[in-house]
Amino acid sequence: MTTPAARIVFSDWGWRYAERDTWAVRGVDLTVEPGERVAIVGPSGAGKSTLLRAVAGVLPDEPDPDDDTAAAVQGTVLVDGAEPRAVRGRVGLVMQDPEAHTVMSRVGDDVAFGCENAGVPQDEIWQRVRSALDVVGLDLALDRSTTMLSGGQRQRLALAGVLAMRPGALVLDEPCANLDPSGVVQVHDAVRALLDETGATLLVVEHRIGTWLDLIDRLVLLEPAGGVVADGTPADVLAAHGPALTAAGVWVPGSEPARGSARRGTRTPTRTGEMHGVERGGPGAFRPLAESASASESESESGAGLLEARGLGTARGRRQRVGRGIDLDVRAGRVLAVTGPNGIGKSTLGLTLAGLLRPSAGVVLATPSLADGAGDSPIAWSSRQLAARIGTVFQDPEHQFVARTVREELAVGPRALGAADVDERVDELLDAFGLAHLADANPFTLSGGEQRRLAIGTVIASRPPVVVLDEPTSGQDRATWQAVVDRLGELADTGTAIVAVTHDQDLVRALDADEVVLGAAGARPVLRDPATEVRR
Amino acid sequence: MTAPETAAGLPGRSVPPGGIRGVRGVRGVQPVASLLGVLALGVCLVLSLDVVSAAVALVLEVLLLPLLRIPPRTLVLRTAPVLVAVPLTALSIALYGRPSGRSWFDLGFAHVTDGSLELALATALRVLAVGLPAVALFVRVDPTDLADGLAQLLRLPARFVLGALAAIRMMTLLGDDWRQLSMARRARGVADTGRLRRGASMAFALLVLALRRATTLAVAMESRGFSAPGRRTWARTARFAGPEWAMVGVLVGIGVVSIAVAVGAGTWRA
Repeated sequence: MTTPAARIVFSDWGWRYAERDTWAVRGVDLTVEPGERVAIVGPSGAGKSTLLRAVAGVLPDEPDPDDDTAAAVQGTVLVDGAEPRAVRGRVGLVMQDPEAHTVMSRVGDDVAFGCENAGVPQDEIWQRVRSALDVVGLDLALDRSTTMLSGGQRQRLALAGVLAMRPGALVLDEPCANLDPSGVVQVHDAVRALLDETGATLLVVEHRIGTWLDLIDRLVLLEPAGGVVADGTPADVLAAHGPALTAAGVWVPGSEPARGSARRGTRTPTRTGEMHGVERGGPGAFRPLAESASASESESESGAGLLEARGLGTARGRRQRVGRGIDLDVRAGRVLAVTGPNGIGKSTLGLTLAGLLRPSAGVVLATPSLADGAGDSPIAWSSRQLAARIGTVFQDPEHQFVARTVREELAVGPRALGAADVDERVDELLDAFGLAHLADANPFTLSGGEQRRLAIGTVIASRPPVVVLDEPTSGQDRATWQAVVDRLGELADTGTAIVAVTHDQDLVRALDADEVVLGAAGARPVLRDPATEVRR
Repeated sequence: MTAPETAAGLPGRSVPPGGIRGVRGVRGVQPVASLLGVLALGVCLVLSLDVVSAAVALVLEVLLLPLLRIPPRTLVLRTAPVLVAVPLTALSIALYGRPSGRSWFDLGFAHVTDGSLELALATALRVLAVGLPAVALFVRVDPTDLADGLAQLLRLPARFVLGALAAIRMMTLLGDDWRQLSMARRARGVADTGRLRRGASMAFALLVLALRRATTLAVAMESRGFSAPGRRTWARTARFAGPEWAMVGVLVGIGVVSIAVAVGAGTWRA
């Protein structure tokens, strides 16, 4: 009972969103034959998402040639020779944010949603729902609530919902960007099973293209306003355009960063006598407040302890206990990476260490050099005391913006702490983070990568000796990733203690981080075994 | 559409073959029946303004309440708004209600008399008699079941009902957003003072986030053919059969009995 695969044809196609001056994408000529599996890559702003949404027929606003501020279209995009809007359901779309897809509150109902819209008879709906869940490997009761699913489960649920509609084409917009490694494998396998089952045409966009290389037979490189610049088998395109792809933000397999590549060899034994901090020429903007911390650094190789967790239990709200029995040390000039499966409480641990959530058991203690007269329990500090000592970068940068312009945003922290050199700090950070041209823009209007850099900048502006980051690199293209990781490396080099909650092993490697894996029974440190380095 | 296994279904819906485990008893009643029943009861109770009819209805409801098997703690928590509203209503009517009979005291603007006291008691009982079933019957209602009933039985537009349903699901996400926003304010050193201004900036951020989420959700729904032309089918059939009629019957019955008793006792006041 499979439907024939869809043929997708772009002819000199372009799109401009309403109230925008520039075209999101322009001059695209691309024909995808039925059953072909194509990956599209390109830098941020090349219009990849726009392309996929056009195929799915869900671009907002009708173009109106008589209205300058309305959306505008050029050329055509056709699915099986028809306007995509007219054949919605022929093309199944899965997007980046797993949270955003789930429509219904029960698993079975959510998969059935598309079938209902398509007018499938009731008995057949439930047959389709069951077989779709089976194909994507989701072994859940039909009346299971959708609220507590993991990211990988959620994306597979979305795939099942698409599959139940019997699509002719599958369109994936960075489906793995926000997933942990096991989630990525789950989604990859579910997509493979879905394609085997239906023979559908595939269009996929993803920065970490390695995930999909075994499934695709064509790789297309898109440039902003340039249309298609490379098109061929993955092997050919990777060989011929490797550097261009990396420049476009693509994670080309084999070009992963080396261990410690974002650090300046702070841990080599021959340099232990060297002082951390300004002496090594780090930018002034990164200088931590607690000079004493970096001074004592010279005495021990491991860096002065700033925060200690002992027998720590974490909880969200009053009842939801998440982690327990966690012992950790946060040290100046070191990067501590907290990894582990989704849902094990990594973010909760990060927020607890950052003095934002109350421990449900055990303690988080600030050592005297960090506390600096403010008491040893971060959760009891005032907001100002906290901001001066521990900075937190949230997973979603939009949660932490409080001002109307980028410049004001950067000034908020230092001003709250009564710093005398607010303007100097802000100017320095605007330059260091490549945000100077956006100084007067509203933080909410920035792109994802710019928001991430600004979020880190706002925290650094207060110069806290400890910085806690929640998934600082999730869903980013290679270029943004590099910018973020370089900033973090500089921070650590100048003596700041960094705690990164992450599932990004490239980040762990590039920052030469001490990794602890969070499990149900506590945090287990990962030993630095030289053999594992060789194996990679 | 006829469904083969209606009896063992989730609330008022047919079960997909071999599908979801059933819910029986009062909890299995399609919420639209409770909605219509409570409305009918409310109409019965506003016909008269006497103490007897309201008291009879309330007594009957309290006697029937154990059938719902709601934990007392839950019941008290959920009915709290009603319990707060009742004395406030009674007080204002006692003070400002139409004066009649013996006068207790008169402050010019407030005049407490036998008449206004009786009216206050009657109103308080009435608010309870309508509020209690309204809350108790909807404590455990699944929004999906209510939406199915509204769209299939009452023929409200599917676009509107399903849109509202999706919005309800997003409320939990917004709650999480709010907690993140307030933690972020503390982390940035601006949470010590200016609670009002901070609240405004958080509300703005929440609005932006809500719009973002809503836009993405709309795209996700559209991509799965939502609001496409053509007839929509339903995976779950909302049923209006024996249990639903029984629910409406019981609620209307409470209203009718209370009116009959009031008329019999001669207290009926239209």
